[in-house]
Amino acid sequence: MTAHMANEIQKLKSKLLFLCSLVEQSLWKSVKSLRQRDGQLAKEVIDEDVVIDQNEVDVEEECLKILALHQPVAIDLRFIVTALKINDDLERIGDLSVNIAERSEFLARHDPVPTPFDFDTMARITQQMLRDSLDALVNTNCALAVKVLKDDDHVDAINKEMYDQVKQAIIDHPQYIESLIHLLSVSRHLERIADHAVNIAENVIYMVEGRIIRHKTEEYQ
Amino acid sequence: MEPKSAVPLKKTGAGNAVRPQVAADSAAYVDSGKPAVISAERFSFFYGSKCGVNNVSMDIRTGSVTAIIGPSGCGKSTFLRSINRMNDLIPNTRTEGTLAVNGCDVYDKRTNLINLRQQVGMVFQKPNPFAKTIFENIVYGPRLQGVRSKRRLSEMVEKCLRDSAMWDEVKDDLHKSALALSGGQQQRLCIARTLATKPNVLLMDEPCSALDPIATARIEDLIAQLKGTYTIVIVTHNMQQAARVSDYTAFFCLGELIEYDRTDKLFTNPAKKATEDYITGRFG
Repeated sequence: MTAHMANEIQKLKSKLLFLCSLVEQSLWKSVKSLRQRDGQLAKEVIDEDVVIDQNEVDVEEECLKILALHQPVAIDLRFIVTALKINDDLERIGDLSVNIAERSEFLARHDPVPTPFDFDTMARITQQMLRDSLDALVNTNCALAVKVLKDDDHVDAINKEMYDQVKQAIIDHPQYIESLIHLLSVSRHLERIADHAVNIAENVIYMVEGRIIRHKTEEYQ
Repeated sequence: MEPKSAVPLKKTGAGNAVRPQVAADSAAYVDSGKPAVISAERFSFFYGSKCGVNNVSMDIRTGSVTAIIGPSGCGKSTFLRSINRMNDLIPNTRTEGTLAVNGCDVYDKRTNLINLRQQVGMVFQKPNPFAKTIFENIVYGPRLQGVRSKRRLSEMVEKCLRDSAMWDEVKDDLHKSALALSGGQQQRLCIARTLATKPNVLLMDEPCSALDPIATARIEDLIAQLKGTYTIVIVTHNMQQAARVSDYTAFFCLGELIEYDRTDKLFTNPAKKATEDYITGRFG
């Protein structure tokens, strides 16, 4: 690899990692705002999304530049393609964190629903999945990526459980229906974030091994 | 961890030699399943005591374009030139193993060199037209083969020039000197001249290295047109060119065949570390 391309790839890596940290922080804040009924923190998440969007565009431009100017092959090519795809997932996770923040802003302005909902476990697993998928990316660690694929089943199951609980709560406390629907949405957003973490993990496996395991992850595990 | 789709390795006859074969699932390729037109079996080539090509086993399929890449001095040109015995004039050389074209051993004593070189045409790095007219350049080979009819020769000239995509450019100048053509046109004329003896294999030794990007693009287009009708083996230092024009790529290093696979596979996910290091420019 020419020193020139090595520099460009290093620059892309730094930009991508910076975006990773922004997205992780956004998710963390949105979950905290929900837990602590903190409307101000939720607003911060919503306002800061524009920074994530700008960084997403920067990363994409950097990828396109390297493709056009250096025509990378093999591992370099797979890294650029992976960066492009992960970039999309990160931006979507940013948007979903904003969605969670919007729900928590609403919930903070209204009375708490009488049935306690425990988002902690779901949020914790989802955050850990995102962290693991990003660590797998940084350390090109396929084993960690595989762990992310497995953890997704857990989040899916909790999301399904949450649906049943909310359904029951609506029957029991119909006056809270709006807040309850917002809570259900939070659960769905967390579940979608976990799916994006899975996408990131799958792309890491592609980058390291050159195999596309999407749609057949069960065979892979 | 080695990917599942790595090149299957098959033991050949005696000894430890392994034959890298292209993956059998290449249904996207027109030549899939076709027999090998060039077949090397533990082939080695020595310059005195120095080994230029070491124990290479590979099959090149009919109608395909195969690129040979590798660092300077890796034996890729030696291997290419071995296919039609261009190295014969170098003193003190010898070969081991077998190298067959259309099922006939190239280095067999009974091999008729003229027939071999009619079947296996060659195009070199620098265009080398004869100092004759365009027409005479093309009919030179057929004349030696005994074609005398003027009408047949004219038809051949038109067909070869059409096949090499330069008929429209030179049809009114057939009796002008070939040396008046541009470098790119001269190279295409050399290809046309090669086609005139009706070969089924075309060997190209860095055919574009002396040409500008536009002339290079025309030669590459021409390779795409000739593919299927002819089996083309091209040696190139330009990796992007190898990736663009070939169906299969062979990577040579220090005289050995390191990896031989479908081009799309080799350039996205090579099975060997040495290949990856070379094509990504980490060494070489």
